[in-house]
Amino acid sequence: MSVSTASAADTQGGGRGHRPPPGRGRRDHRMTARRRDAVAGYLFVAPQLLGWAAFVGWPVVAVVWYSLHSWNLLAGTFDWAGLANYRQLAHDPALGAVLRATLFFSVGLVVLNLALALLLAVLLNQRLRGTAVFRTIFFSPVVVSLVAWAIVSGTLLQGTGGINALLSKVGITGPNWLHEPGAALIAVIVTQTIKNVGLNMVLFLAALQGVPEELYEAAALDGASRWRTFWRITFPLITPTVLLTSIITVVGSLQVFAPIQVLTAGGPGNSTNVLVYDLYKQGFVAHDLSYASTLGVLLFVIVLALTAIQWQMRKKWVVNE
Amino acid sequence: MKRLRWMSGVLAAGLALAAAGCGGGDKAEDDNGPVSLRMTVWTANKDQLALFDQIAADYKSTHPNVTVKFDALPFDSYTTALTTQVAGGNPPDLAWIFEKDAPDFVSSGALTDLTPTLKGTAGYDYDDLAPATTKLWTAGDKLYGYPFSTSPFVVFYNADMLTKAGAQTPDQLVAANQWTWTAAEQAAAKVPAAEPGKFGLVIRDFDYKVWDNLASLWAGYGAAPWSADGKTCQFTSQPMIDAMTFLHNAVYTDKAMPPPGTAADFFAGDSAMTVTQISRAATLKDAKFKWGVAPLPAGPAGAQQLFGQAGIGAFGKGKHPQAAADFLAFFSNPANSAKLAQYFPPPRTSLLNAASLKAANPLLTAEQLDSVVVNGIKNGAVKASHLGYAKIDEAVRAAMDTYYQPGADVPAALAGVCKAVEPLLSTGS
Repeated sequence: MSVSTASAADTQGGGRGHRPPPGRGRRDHRMTARRRDAVAGYLFVAPQLLGWAAFVGWPVVAVVWYSLHSWNLLAGTFDWAGLANYRQLAHDPALGAVLRATLFFSVGLVVLNLALALLLAVLLNQRLRGTAVFRTIFFSPVVVSLVAWAIVSGTLLQGTGGINALLSKVGITGPNWLHEPGAALIAVIVTQTIKNVGLNMVLFLAALQGVPEELYEAAALDGASRWRTFWRITFPLITPTVLLTSIITVVGSLQVFAPIQVLTAGGPGNSTNVLVYDLYKQGFVAHDLSYASTLGVLLFVIVLALTAIQWQMRKKWVVNE
Repeated sequence: MKRLRWMSGVLAAGLALAAAGCGGGDKAEDDNGPVSLRMTVWTANKDQLALFDQIAADYKSTHPNVTVKFDALPFDSYTTALTTQVAGGNPPDLAWIFEKDAPDFVSSGALTDLTPTLKGTAGYDYDDLAPATTKLWTAGDKLYGYPFSTSPFVVFYNADMLTKAGAQTPDQLVAANQWTWTAAEQAAAKVPAAEPGKFGLVIRDFDYKVWDNLASLWAGYGAAPWSADGKTCQFTSQPMIDAMTFLHNAVYTDKAMPPPGTAADFFAGDSAMTVTQISRAATLKDAKFKWGVAPLPAGPAGAQQLFGQAGIGAFGKGKHPQAAADFLAFFSNPANSAKLAQYFPPPRTSLLNAASLKAANPLLTAEQLDSVVVNGIKNGAVKASHLGYAKIDEAVRAAMDTYYQPGADVPAALAGVCKAVEPLLSTGS
């Protein structure tokens, strides 16, 4: 609106022989350019924003809406239920076991994944012959299909499968991995860790290679041991990457579905029935989409809280934050 | 402020869209123009699908405007896929439905009452349908599902494998009047010793997950998962404890059955006996071993027979509910029921005799048909079902894992099952 008014005033003013003050004209011109830039910017991000709104923003809102309703898929009824689903959540006898499984799974996966990734990265950062081959070997599971990986792992983890056959060669009687509560949780954590550890390993490798060489030289001159050098120089300098990988791995651990579906279906008991898998079962096996949506809201809140905590805590231990 | 209003407008539009989506359902269309019907099924068997196509083609010759397509969905996720289609406002016109889901479908109001159409179709002979087979699909005096397959559970056996193990075959035990679960288990226990890697007895599709397939064992013990009115858990009843103690010993002590996580397919020659439905007999067409079939063994409660059922329902929210019911009346008329009988034991009393079934089942002898199929349907009970079955199913499955452990305390484990399932039974959710 203001642009066209200004233009008309300019034209009229010019016609009468009165030029407008120079400063005002320039400001109007700058506003126009800025607005044009803004429109262009919005147009550039529009496809991404639309995609986000359709596939992330809208589903998040819809899930909250569904959680406030009672939805009978077969009868086609969709009735307002208020907080009834949340009351059901509070009294769900299986929720304690589900949250426990989620906690053990996530802590196990995050600790094992990050520790192993860092160890592999440190080992493969040495200038030795053959490290490129090992880097490829450890990274290769990342590019394998998730379900194929789980199926092959499931075959190896059978009571009479390859893992126990190997163990028996050294005199160990292995458990029935996927059918004993503790063993099943360990089996799923290890399967998922080996599948994804290569990704974090590569990120750590990149971070390790970014540590200035002269700091190591200075440490060597001071007579610092390798252990001390690692914890006093290397680790602090790669903490931004540790933060990144821990956020990615924590969020990823709360979304793990395929290996659990293929290997244990949440069992034995509820020992591997993590929150996201319970959500799937409530929604797509028991056909209770309203309650599944309520679990979805709970998962959303947990992920949000954990990410916020990690982000806040970064100031205490991440270099340059 | 403007931005806030704009955002709330988008939100309201979105919510309205969701609410509209939830309603689903399309208005019925005119049945006089071209009609395209879709029936979801869980079989991928080429011979069975060819028979369905043939029946559909026959129907088209008298109803040129009607085309019927059979949509084969995966067996494992069948009900989920079907429910998702219904919820998405795209229900099939007709669908196969498992017996365990019958109460949910029948009570939901999603299915059309078939009674007027079936009774009103000339030559249908509605009263020929055995009441025992239609009970599960009836509410009041209205039939909401046609029980197209009433398939008794039987024991198929590999005579070569049992003979090699030095065990008597089920038919020999039947002849000696010794065909009991204990005798079956003792015969099965000899197999792994004679042929390492092979197993004696497999309850097919149970796989330590699909617990309701144990109903074939429970029948002989007079055990049931819940009371007849569906309100009381019976996993802690003495017959159930006895049956489950027997099963636990068979798996973990006598090694007569494969342990959890071990695949053993009878039809591939991995086990000597399997408990499954008679409709699997077609799988033995090219069997490379000598096989036989026997009724379920007797338990402490005697020789009890059990059958599973599958029904066909027509969806009221489909585009052509009346045309769908009309096609179902043709699909299940006496002539087509006789053709379908080779795969799916029919609910028609007139066809439930060895002579009629023999024509459709060349693989089975008249004696086998009489003892296992006719007797099984006439004297058997249908597998348990319940309103809200999916949630109950999942609760029992999770709780039963305590029982599937080598040193399990069977009564305590079963008490845990009741604890998990009782809230769901009492609310009838």
